Amino acid sequence: MSQQPPIDHWSKDLVEGRDLSELTTLNLGPTHPATHGIFQNVLTMDGEIILDAQQTIGYIHRAFEKIAERRPFYQITTLTDRMNYCSAPINNMGWHMTVEKLLNIELPQRVQYMRVIVMELARIADHIICNTIIGQDVGATTPFLYVYQWRERIYEVYEEICGARLTTNMGRIGGWERNWNDTAWAKIKAIVKELPASLKEFDNMLLRNRIFMDRTIGCGPISGERALQYGFTGPNLRAAGVDYDVRVADPYSGYDEFDFIIPVGTNGDTYDRFTVRQEEMRQSLSIIRQAMDKLEKMSDKTTFRADVPEWVLPPKEEVYSAMEPLIWHFKIVMGEVEVPVGEVYHCVEGGNGELGFYLVSDGGRTPFRLHLRRPCYIYYQAFPEMIKGSMLSDAIITMSSMNVIAGELDA
Amino acid sequence: MPGFAVKAERDQQVKDRVYAAFGERITAIEQERDLLCIHVKKEALHDLLRNLRDEHGFHFLTTCCGMHFPGESQEFGLVYHLHDMRAGHRIRVKCRTSANDLEFQTATDLWATANWMEREAWDFFGIKFKGHPNLKRILNMEDFPAFPMRKDYPLEDPTRQDKDDRFFGR
Repeated sequence: MSQQPPIDHWSKDLVEGRDLSELTTLNLGPTHPATHGIFQNVLTMDGEIILDAQQTIGYIHRAFEKIAERRPFYQITTLTDRMNYCSAPINNMGWHMTVEKLLNIELPQRVQYMRVIVMELARIADHIICNTIIGQDVGATTPFLYVYQWRERIYEVYEEICGARLTTNMGRIGGWERNWNDTAWAKIKAIVKELPASLKEFDNMLLRNRIFMDRTIGCGPISGERALQYGFTGPNLRAAGVDYDVRVADPYSGYDEFDFIIPVGTNGDTYDRFTVRQEEMRQSLSIIRQAMDKLEKMSDKTTFRADVPEWVLPPKEEVYSAMEPLIWHFKIVMGEVEVPVGEVYHCVEGGNGELGFYLVSDGGRTPFRLHLRRPCYIYYQAFPEMIKGSMLSDAIITMSSMNVIAGELDA
Repeated sequence: MPGFAVKAERDQQVKDRVYAAFGERITAIEQERDLLCIHVKKEALHDLLRNLRDEHGFHFLTTCCGMHFPGESQEFGLVYHLHDMRAGHRIRVKCRTSANDLEFQTATDLWATANWMEREAWDFFGIKFKGHPNLKRILNMEDFPAFPMRKDYPLEDPTRQDKDDRFFGR
């Protein structure tokens, strides 16, 4: 049974006034199978109750912001893959959109809808990972093995679109590298058709399951007010009852043309985070369906990028046989393309919340400064507050329900 | 709290009221693409952030990050992005300082989330924050000898001859 800590417990120092010789220090991590990533928590415990946690992060810090200052714009896409690698396409698209905002590139409608489709697929894959792992951590292995096949199916779509599965490097500044093939469309159609039944089974398995509910309701709660103080965004904030979603608040890629619901929770506990993600997957499917309908009604079936030749590599056979494409190829690869001076902030709704790119350009071939707002990094600092006074096993599922991805945390 | 005015109107309101309240201590207010940007003197930064949070409804701190402009007299800087979710309104606040005066007032008393953002700014730029509860390095190791996001810190191994930045435009 979960213990429900009082809602104002965050300000209290639970260690104060206790005999330290009676307390235990426990290292949760850096490498622990239950943390699903490389980060350490030094827990001070009284028996099974957590009194305090000291976090250490940065074990897989790769200095993306520094590297980005020495890479032409198109090469930074590969860095963004490696942030939240569970939904890499969203990061890729977010970065492309940031550069397009700087360059004032207007995208054709068809390209926008294609982006929406792939971003929603990525969101589903991300939420599948998070929710099945919550199940895994409370002892329900079946969803983790069974629902995971859908993640596999989504990765097959990525494979058709861009050739890669996990770190996708998908799309280009100004659109896509090529039109999607028929197999990709067929696979997306199959997912949209068959996934709802599987999600229903997943629901049946956990959503009203007595054991699951007892374990997760009241576990790791955070109030909406504290969540905002801690800069929460995404499903974790919505589970706390705040209906903030970048797709609605700051629509990009034509999200304002779609009809969907933002699910919100009430308690901000593990159960709410789980249910919010479950419902979001259904909403994502509905968005994909709407986008497919819109694309079907379009007469245009061939446009896959904006008219920005200075950002699109010419076809290889022309590079080898003609002068002009060779020059363009060289200029693009070396980053010799004119970029305006300016600053932009662009954000997208990533798997975990507001994924922001603050890009400062001084007109050089690389960004002068690129700051990445990684939602994980920002909300993970609330973790000690959320687990204070609860059991160790509750801390584990609180962490998995927050969906802390080490790649995004450490960047 | 101004209600659902259009963005340009809200920007103008913020501009007028901030100028009225801070006067001299605001160095400039300019429009950077879609965001209004307030440049503020260092000593007024904390007051301005509090004012924007309490009087203008910017209740959410989106980012806070350090900047380095080598060769300029005001060499270091901080950039804040604030957000008013209810009105869907964002704003940018910038503050600059010189290399020998690298201590800002912390914003952790306004937003709990500023904690790690400021630790990141300390870790990567060496910018200190007065009143911060736990100003330690966060992503780099404790005994790291430099502040790596400063522009003078080389990305590549400095002993290598084949990676000369002159050949790559920087």
